[in-house]
Amino acid sequence: MSTGRVMINKIVQSMADAMTGIRDGSVVLIGGFGSIGQPNALIDGLIEQGAGALTVVANNAVVGHTGLARLMEVGRVRKIICSYPRTSDPVVFAELYRAGKIELEVMPQGTMAERMRAAGAGIPAFYTPTSAGTKLAQGKEVREFRGHQCVLEEAFYGDVALIEAWEADRWGNLTYQSSARNFNPVMATAAKLTVAQAQHIVELGALDPEMVPTPGIFVHRVVHVPYGEPMVT
Amino acid sequence: MNVSVSASVFAACKPWSRDQIAANAARDIPEGWYVNVGIGIPVLVPNYVPPEREVIIQSENGILGMGPEPEPDKINRWLINASKKYVTLLPGGSYMHHADSFGLIRGGHLDLCVLGAFQVAENGDFANWTSDKDDMPSVGGAMDLAVGAKAIWVLMDHTTRNGESKVMRRCSYPLTAPGVVKRVYTNLAVLDVTTDGFVVRDLAPGLTLEALQDVTDAPLRMAN
Repeated sequence: MSTGRVMINKIVQSMADAMTGIRDGSVVLIGGFGSIGQPNALIDGLIEQGAGALTVVANNAVVGHTGLARLMEVGRVRKIICSYPRTSDPVVFAELYRAGKIELEVMPQGTMAERMRAAGAGIPAFYTPTSAGTKLAQGKEVREFRGHQCVLEEAFYGDVALIEAWEADRWGNLTYQSSARNFNPVMATAAKLTVAQAQHIVELGALDPEMVPTPGIFVHRVVHVPYGEPMVT
Repeated sequence: MNVSVSASVFAACKPWSRDQIAANAARDIPEGWYVNVGIGIPVLVPNYVPPEREVIIQSENGILGMGPEPEPDKINRWLINASKKYVTLLPGGSYMHHADSFGLIRGGHLDLCVLGAFQVAENGDFANWTSDKDDMPSVGGAMDLAVGAKAIWVLMDHTTRNGESKVMRRCSYPLTAPGVVKRVYTNLAVLDVTTDGFVVRDLAPGLTLEALQDVTDAPLRMAN
């Protein structure tokens, strides 16, 4: 006889379930540094789901024709915010950008990370010495602290974060693999809806609580995507 | 400055190679320093730190205690450096996420950051993220590193391919950060940035101060 008790279970059974409710015009935070830690299966799921006119935040403007590059190639990205668009092979982005079909905002990498950290931590804005005295500080409020010029930066909130993890449990606790951690944990904290793909689903209690970079409170949906190793960089 | 002056200066001496520039910088890094190395020539620096000297390398994508390139059969496909090349982790190394990595950088915990540049000026300004004509400016972590590390050293060629000086009175390209560079290692010289401008610490074999000045926009003087 059922007790009617519903356990927390963030693990969804299909990619369509994982992508439910993502709207046109969303701000989408996408984890990864180069192709490492980039949640390609979720990006393919988002393409299938159909949301467009997206603003994407990612460190690079991507390589080749897979993952984020494919999202751009099929015309779903209105604007990209990144620190380093000039990767070794940004073919898709370069063509769209030069044709004026995509907007680019370049942001210092640490400022990008900290603006999302601030969003997740309830800090609406902060001062940083990064970019003071440069073109990227133009139009921003500047104040001196401890003898250094500092630039006011606002928290950066995402509607959705798509991230890649190594292990996940049904509460959404996540671990990562080596340098694939990168932007994933901080993006997980900064979005209203965080969706993770994970190589391994483990039992509750199996993860060492001392070693959980992303506690489940930040994660809303988990999809099991056991794809093996990332493509060669 | 023109191509022919530049060519004759280069022909009269033995300019250092990219690896030698990196080795010159590596020789000057003391044991125990925490060091971030940027893309370009700086990425070669860890190869030249003597194995008996412990220097801890940070990579801004979340690695502290980064080791050399792996053997081909021992690649960890999840472990890359800021140049997106496969690397290793030394015993004692650790991983962190991007906000912590840049907290470490901005928070003044690194002893040194070694960066490439388009131009360095005698007041310590440098430019390494965009030229005015550049349609795809790419700043990466350079602006954070520039204001965060206790010392900034720049490793670069002394001139552009057209023979124009990259060692300047003032930068003509948009700045990465004002007034932060402490030392410059080029293929022709090692220079300190002082309150009185550039001081030459070392010259490439066969090069005179006069010849170096001929290919350098900023005024130079020898160290005592």
